[in-house]
Amino acid sequence: MIRHLLSGADLDAGTATEILDTAAEMAAVAGREVKKLPALRGRTVVNLFYEDSTRTRISFEAAAKRLSADVINFSAKGSSVAKGESLKDTALTLQAMGADAVVVRHSASGAPHRLADWVDGSVVNAGDGTHEHPTQALLDAYTMRSRLGRLAGLSVAVVGDVLHSRVARSNVLLLSTLGAKVTLVGPPTLIPVDIAAALAPGTAVCYDLDAVLPSVDVVMMLRVQRERMNDSYFPSAREYARRYGLDGARMRRLPEHAIVMHPGPMNRGMEITPEVADSPRSTIVEQVANGVSVRMAVLYLLLGGNNR
Amino acid sequence: MALPSAARSPSPRQPSVKVILTNADVQRVVDRIAHQILEKTQGAADTVLLGIPTRGAPLAHRLAARISAFEGVAVPVGVLDITLYRDDLRRHATRAVGPTQLPPGGIDGRRVILVDDVLFSGRTVRAALDALGDLGRPASVQLAVLVDRGHRQLPIRADYVGKNIPTALAENVKVTLAETDGTDEVRLHGGTTS
Repeated sequence: MIRHLLSGADLDAGTATEILDTAAEMAAVAGREVKKLPALRGRTVVNLFYEDSTRTRISFEAAAKRLSADVINFSAKGSSVAKGESLKDTALTLQAMGADAVVVRHSASGAPHRLADWVDGSVVNAGDGTHEHPTQALLDAYTMRSRLGRLAGLSVAVVGDVLHSRVARSNVLLLSTLGAKVTLVGPPTLIPVDIAAALAPGTAVCYDLDAVLPSVDVVMMLRVQRERMNDSYFPSAREYARRYGLDGARMRRLPEHAIVMHPGPMNRGMEITPEVADSPRSTIVEQVANGVSVRMAVLYLLLGGNNR
Repeated sequence: MALPSAARSPSPRQPSVKVILTNADVQRVVDRIAHQILEKTQGAADTVLLGIPTRGAPLAHRLAARISAFEGVAVPVGVLDITLYRDDLRRHATRAVGPTQLPPGGIDGRRVILVDDVLFSGRTVRAALDALGDLGRPASVQLAVLVDRGHRQLPIRADYVGKNIPTALAENVKVTLAETDGTDEVRLHGGTTS
C-alpha cells in the first residue's frame, strides 16, 4: 500500500480498484445502526486547511470520525499562520503532536509534496493550488462505477476551466489508469496546450461541447472560478454559458444512460442550469455522500495497518 | 480462521501432514451440526446464520441447505466480515476489507449463529461479537465451528463443534472447502515447518 496520497498518479489500477472496493464496504456503514467502525481507534488525523473548503473538510472529518480516529481541525485563519508561521514550522508542530495523518489543502501547488518530506505520518492531498485533488477523482470514479457499473471503456467529457482545475488533472490521471477515455472540453484559453499528452496519452481535447455530447457516458462540469472571470479568459459569462454551459437542451442530446457530474460548489446558470443540476441524471448529491465512503477507504488503507 | 501461514499444498519438506477429515467426513460433520442446530434451537425458527469469511461463509450456506433439506426450514444466511474489528490490525500491513451482507430481515431480535472453519485463539469470534453489536441487537448469539483446535486466549467456546482436534501450538490446521479451494478436507500440518 502507498504511504501518501498526493496525486492521482500515485495510484496504479490495482490500488485504485482496492480503494473503490473498500469504499463500497465503507458505504454500508452509513446505513447501519452504529455508524462507526473501530479500525482507526487511537489514531490522530489532522485536517490542515489553508484554503476555504466546506465539503472536503467536512467529508474528511466525517470519514475519520466514522473510523474512530481523533480529528484535529486546523484552519489557517485564527492560527499561528496568521502570525506568519511557515508551512514547515506548522508541519513540525503537527509532527510533535503525533499526527498519524495530515490532510492538507493549500493554495500552493506542490505544498503537500513538501509536507510529506517533513512529517512521519501519511499526507493526503485535499487540493493543492491548481494542481491535484486525488480524493475528488476517486469519489468521481466511485460514482461513475456505481451508476454505470464499470470504468474501463467509459467515455468521459471534462468540461470547463481545465487550466485552473485540480479536479480535472486528478481525474484525467486516475480515469486513464482505470481505462476510461477522457476528453477535455472548454475554450482554448482554458485548456493548456499539450496538457493531454503531458498528463495521460490517449486523452483528447475538443473545443466544441456539442460535438462530444452524443457519444459520452459521463459529462463532468467544472466550476467556473468566479475570481478568474475578469481575467479575460472568455468574453463574458453569458457567452461562456451559451457555448460551454450544460442546459436542458444539451442534456437531452446525451445518450440515454449518460450521467452529469459536478464537483461543487456549482454556479447555477453559469456552467450548469438548475434544470440539469436537479435532474435524475445529475449525481451531484451522490458525489458528496460517496466522498465520505471514499475518504474512509483512503484513511483506512493508509493508516489501518502497519505500513511502515 | 485457519492460519494464513499454513502451506497451501504439502511439499516434500513437510514430513507430517495428517488428514483429519476427508471429503466424506466433512459432509457428515456438516450434516451433524445442522441436526444439532435444529435440535438445540427447536426447529431453527427466528435463526440467522452468519458466516465469517473466508471459509465460514460457504459453511453457513451449506448448513442452511442441510437444515432446509432435513426439515424444510429456510434459514437466512449472511456474511460478517470482521477485518475492521480485529485487534491486530496494526501488527500487519493493511488488510483488505471484505463484504458484509446481512440477510434482508436483519439480525435484531433473532438468534444469530456465527459460523467459522477453525476456532483457535478466539480473537476472531471476539471481533465478530463486537461487529454484531454495531450491526444490531440479536436476541442471542451462538457459535458453530468445523474444527476446534484449542489454545484459546479469550473466554470463548463454541456451541456446535464439528471436530475437536488436540494440537500443539506450532502445528497448523488447514481447512479446504470445495467452494473456496476445490476440495473438502481438514489437514494437520506438523510443527516442524511452521
